[in-house]
Amino acid sequence: MSTAREAAAPGLVGTNARRSLWLLVCVGALVLVLLLGIAVGSKNIPLRTVVEALLHHDDSGDHIIVWQLRLPRTLLGLVTGAALGVSGALIQALTRNPLADPGILGVNAGAGFAVTLGVGFLGLSDITGYLWFSFAGAIAVTALVYALGSVGRAGATPIRLTLVGVAVGALLGGVSTGITLLRPEVFDTMRSWGAGSLAGRDGRTVLVVLPFVLAGLALALVAARPLNAIALGDDLARTLGARITRTRVAVITAVTLLAGAATAAAGPIGFVGLMVPHVVRWFVGPDQRWIIPYTIVCAPILLTVADVAGRVVLSSQELRVSVVTAFVGAPVLILLARRAKVSAL
Amino acid sequence: MTPVDFGRGTLVVRTRALSLRLDTRTIVTTTVFLALAVVVLLLSLASGEAPIPLPRVVRALFGGGTAAEHMVVVDWRLPRALLAVLLGAALAVSGAIFQSLTRNPLGSPDVIGFSAGSYTGALVVIVIIGGGYYQIAAGSLAGGLTTAVLVYLLAYRRGVQGFRLIIVGIGVTAMLGAVNTWLVLTASLNEAMQAATWGAGSLNGLGHDQLWPVLTVTAVLLPVTIAFGPVMRQLELGDDAAAATGVRGGTARLALVVVGVASTALATAAAGPIAFVSLVAPQIARRITGTSGVALIPSAALGALLLGAADLAAQRLFAPSQLPVGVMTVSIGGCYFVWLLLRESNRS
Repeated sequence: MSTAREAAAPGLVGTNARRSLWLLVCVGALVLVLLLGIAVGSKNIPLRTVVEALLHHDDSGDHIIVWQLRLPRTLLGLVTGAALGVSGALIQALTRNPLADPGILGVNAGAGFAVTLGVGFLGLSDITGYLWFSFAGAIAVTALVYALGSVGRAGATPIRLTLVGVAVGALLGGVSTGITLLRPEVFDTMRSWGAGSLAGRDGRTVLVVLPFVLAGLALALVAARPLNAIALGDDLARTLGARITRTRVAVITAVTLLAGAATAAAGPIGFVGLMVPHVVRWFVGPDQRWIIPYTIVCAPILLTVADVAGRVVLSSQELRVSVVTAFVGAPVLILLARRAKVSAL
Repeated sequence: MTPVDFGRGTLVVRTRALSLRLDTRTIVTTTVFLALAVVVLLLSLASGEAPIPLPRVVRALFGGGTAAEHMVVVDWRLPRALLAVLLGAALAVSGAIFQSLTRNPLGSPDVIGFSAGSYTGALVVIVIIGGGYYQIAAGSLAGGLTTAVLVYLLAYRRGVQGFRLIIVGIGVTAMLGAVNTWLVLTASLNEAMQAATWGAGSLNGLGHDQLWPVLTVTAVLLPVTIAFGPVMRQLELGDDAAAATGVRGGTARLALVVVGVASTALATAAAGPIAFVSLVAPQIARRITGTSGVALIPSAALGALLLGAADLAAQRLFAPSQLPVGVMTVSIGGCYFVWLLLRESNRS
């Protein structure tokens, strides 16, 4: 996949002091973007009112909009953005495959399949119901993929995990498509669920998924060091003292928690998990201990900017965040890819 | 001189102009795939609303039998069955090419955005312009080819490097995917379902009109592709090693991309983006033949078998409801692939 020369490229920011400084800059940008996320919409609220509402809440109209609508939505963007980004970084590092996104372990396919079954055969019809169904589906299918992928003495090698994940995902996707094509009313619900959105979720959704996401992020930060060793290949990692199986299980648990929770809360949102880790890697180099914190900060920036853009770009209707994300992020990705120095996995 | 022992049986053919070293196991497995494909072909000629016994199918094929049998077998069922087999082979070949080029088992024409682009083209025709089979086919072809060219050009910077091609492909595919999602959301339920059926890939309603163009293009593409097999092997060693053995990396890669995209374009125009054959056929073939990399001819034979069997199942399993063949491909190919991976890991 990568030549030794590419892998050794240190990234654009070469020293740890500069990396720390830039991380602070990114945190600043994130705060600014989050405030924008609260302020901008069909009714624009001045930033000063936003800050006032956040600090001294009263019952005026703008304050109610901030607390009831915009704040839950923005926080959901923050939580799902970080979750999707980090799960992407983890899965790319684990499988050593730049095409890998969280969906590769069957998270999206599992969630979609479970919701299809729920809608088709159990008459599921509200967001709370979808949440638990898709979360359960994501966890069950990822566990299945890991179990199938780790049969045999070699264990869950990246290549086998990837292939099993793709096969199981495609299989479930095919069955879901089959069900929806035979039942138009299920199709109608699923095409709406399939385009992930941050709108229409209340504060409870954030609170429900937050513990899972926090646990996943903590696991990710702990796993960053052994993941660096695993990037050198399994044999070399073992001689360096990394515990391969334990790290793999930890990483896959983290990916399941993060991507499962994000998909449960917002529906499938592609691209964030695929793109942000790539861009961050070019910026800070291949060290996971920097990639993961940067991703935690940068992925929500992308998601929130996309969500805000979706609210203002068309006057008649809102565009869903899953539709806008690619348009905000892909041009950046392509421009960066055309640079001469890219660091591959 | 004692022959070199490669640890595998080989057949060596030497004539004055030509010297071939053929791997015995590859030849045997490829022959088996082809024989099974013929069996599937015969079965799909025999089964249907009006089942016809196999001996009479064969007789009808060779011009015997009653006029009615001849009409059902040769005029109605044969074009579709042949199309399934041919398109399966074309898809598998393009998958093998892209997996070899990107040295990635997830490689497929999707990497350079072909499928997403052709789906966008079809959706634009269905949802915005409106049109029948030929308009949709033209739209998907235009969309897919435009996207592939665009990705190639965007990734071009003093030559195309595999990793950059992948990244640019990801970006463009994601944007088109977003457009597709949005188009499906804004369409009426009817149009959206039509689009989804097309998007799953279906051979329903295909006949003689589609068979001749597909046959012609396959007859051109297949020999060209097979001629590129050795070049592909060299490129897998890396550009420097390939150059040392006399292969020009840039030219060969462009030619391979063109052949690969043309094969997929053919299948997509005829039947929609039949997912998964291109992904899974080279991998399954590689595992059964036990070769070190993906190989073109075994992949093609297996792709033909896979799509032929999937179409037979799609027609008969939920009859009279006709599922898109893409749904079946995924189910049959997926199950078999998982089983194969499991068996492989139990052995090692």
